[in-house]
Amino acid sequence: MSVPQYRKAAALALVAGLGFSLTACSTKSGDKDTNAGGKVTITVDCQPVGAQKELLKNWNDDVAEFQRQNPDIVVKSVSVGEQCNNPPDFTARLAGGTVTDVFYGYMTDVQQVLDSGQAMDIAQYANKDTIPTWDSIDPALKEVFTDGGKLYAVPVKNYSMGLIYNKVLFQQAGLDVNNPPKTWADVRAAAKKISALGNGIAGYSEYSAGNTGGWHFTSLLYSQGGRVLTEDGKKADFNNAQGKQVLQNLKDMRYGDNSMGSRQLLQWADLLTNAGAGKVGMFIGAPDATQAIVSQFQGKFQDWAMAPLPGQDGAAKGTLGGGEGYFFKKDLTPEQVKAGMKWIAYQKLTPGKGQFDYVRAKPQNYPVGLPQPLLFANGSDAQKQELELRKANANVDTANFAIFEATPVPIKGEPRNAQAIYAVLDAAMSGVLTNPNANIDALLKTAEEKVNQLLAAES
Amino acid sequence: MAITTVPPTSRTAGRPPSPYPARPQRTSLGRKVRDNLTGHAFLIGAVLCFVVFSWYPMVRGIVMSFQRTRRGETTWVGWDNYSRILADPSFWPAWQNTLYFTVLALVVGYAVPFFVAILLNEFRHAKGYLRILVYLPVMLPPASALYLFKFYAYDPSDAGLFNAILKALHLPTSQWMQSPDMTMPAMVIASTWMNMGGAVLIYLASLQSIPGELYEAAELDGAGIWRRIRHVTIPQTRLILALLAMIQIVATMQLFIEPLILANGAGAEDSATTVAYLIYQHGFFQNDLNGAAAVGVIMLVVLAGFSAVYLRLSAKQD
Repeated sequence: MSVPQYRKAAALALVAGLGFSLTACSTKSGDKDTNAGGKVTITVDCQPVGAQKELLKNWNDDVAEFQRQNPDIVVKSVSVGEQCNNPPDFTARLAGGTVTDVFYGYMTDVQQVLDSGQAMDIAQYANKDTIPTWDSIDPALKEVFTDGGKLYAVPVKNYSMGLIYNKVLFQQAGLDVNNPPKTWADVRAAAKKISALGNGIAGYSEYSAGNTGGWHFTSLLYSQGGRVLTEDGKKADFNNAQGKQVLQNLKDMRYGDNSMGSRQLLQWADLLTNAGAGKVGMFIGAPDATQAIVSQFQGKFQDWAMAPLPGQDGAAKGTLGGGEGYFFKKDLTPEQVKAGMKWIAYQKLTPGKGQFDYVRAKPQNYPVGLPQPLLFANGSDAQKQELELRKANANVDTANFAIFEATPVPIKGEPRNAQAIYAVLDAAMSGVLTNPNANIDALLKTAEEKVNQLLAAES
Repeated sequence: MAITTVPPTSRTAGRPPSPYPARPQRTSLGRKVRDNLTGHAFLIGAVLCFVVFSWYPMVRGIVMSFQRTRRGETTWVGWDNYSRILADPSFWPAWQNTLYFTVLALVVGYAVPFFVAILLNEFRHAKGYLRILVYLPVMLPPASALYLFKFYAYDPSDAGLFNAILKALHLPTSQWMQSPDMTMPAMVIASTWMNMGGAVLIYLASLQSIPGELYEAAELDGAGIWRRIRHVTIPQTRLILALLAMIQIVATMQLFIEPLILANGAGAEDSATTVAYLIYQHGFFQNDLNGAAAVGVIMLVVLAGFSAVYLRLSAKQD
């Protein structure tokens, strides 16, 4: 073959190869619908990653058992990272239409899921036939995922925030572990004593970046009796005495007492890394923050306890609640939706199975006994069963959470457009935590203007 | 003797005769394609990559900037996204931050590599080792380099590398990324350290192409090092200097990974919010992909202006 012919052949082979590659890329796996054997296939995300060995094994065992019990259903698991919903990744999957058939999302994601047009109304499928414990699920949680009478997700987890504190540091600082702070003045006094231990220990730690600052500002505001938005949801409502008090408390601890450590602009993993290293005396969070401290950041369960969120002068007037659910991708067949419901019912909503398989979790490095997930309504059959199983198999000292459980604080949901508002409020939080001369009035005014502009654009 | 000349046509004037046989003036498109089949076939991969990964997303982004998607319904909204974005209280501060970084990066990040290259060029020994040393940070993945700065150099406590040095010199320490005033200078320092290796090598290559006689002549005329740099080095490398300045402007205006890692996003009081980060915030945190597209198009227009200057300069260099 002469050189030009050789080149031509190589070029044609290249084109043919590219053609085949593109064809291969565009070929669908064809496993979305019912396959030839009459089986229904569904893809489900939030499978634990390889590093979470026990959780991954539990998940895979659940899939195998579920498929054994339902031989006509095939569950294809998809892992989307250790954090099932890392906001930027989740948004990208929604925009790109690459979410799985049954996909995980936060309560704060409802708006963007609806705007993306990726979720379907599942109201007609969600009932006792597909989910036996359906009537036991707290109606308030179903309401979060309902819009215009249409249901878009099945709730699988719910939490409320409280004050998490390190018992070891409390003892070292001469504080009573059984009498945690009840007001923000108490928190300030305790933080001062804990930070006096030195060695880089922060008495109280707080987020101020990656939307987590705004998330915690909301909870702190609720504890003051405030709210993020007006009743009609059209205007910001935090530039007032309660909002100022939230920032003033933080500024006093950060610069008045120097009890919050020098490292700020913290996000979720930053704070929990410090907590796992025994460098944080107190922070606010949900009960499962202790689980993350242990499983991901090498802390110990026995070091941590939880109290209700403090109030300004007495009990907190409210605390932030949030949670998670599973959405169903648009255009699924009725068989796929029912199969997805069955899977969720088995893995997430049945006492003794999946996430409630406390017998299995007990010997693992996975906490049983945390006051979470607050999924079932008070007094419901499912709640009774779940509480009994939890009590019988607890592997953490439930006394550490007894004060939190015994002193319920009214739970308030997240505001509309929560993530966008949290991004704005991060600046106010970072302002008081990084600038000793921060002007609280100016910070709140700027945040208010931005949120109002954002809401106006939305409407 | 009269000489008869044939006046050259305007297209062939001055050209040497072609060694190839003359082609017919007109060929059909099919014929042209057939003649260049091999070339087209080899091109197709690159073109497809550009179409799929560059041009289509760019066009799609422009289209999206005039649309609004709500409840799965996409509608045309004209210039609404643009007017909304222009009214966004974060928009102008983001441009201000970006331009501040660009100017600082030009002053520091542009001048430092040039002088490092001059310095390296003066060395007679260990040139290779020094080049590797300067280029090493470029080989480090940007995320790793930035985490190194974040946790090791910019630690706001006295344990941080820079604060320890400042303290040893009895100078006031800094909060680095936690201080709105220091956010941008700190990002410029990290960015310059990470990226200057490439620029240094380009400058070095350019410096080595300057004829040694020019320096000898300047030395004979009694020129010191600064006068040699001013009257020989800079004039001889001015096109490269101009090209790299343009590349630097276009690259630094797209500043994103530095705020994302060093400042955990927006930074203290939004002091690290750049235009690229604003796009990310709108697109991925504010459920506003259309607004993000509008900011992206505005940025594209601005950068296209700088790129046009770059293209003109590179044509001149050629």
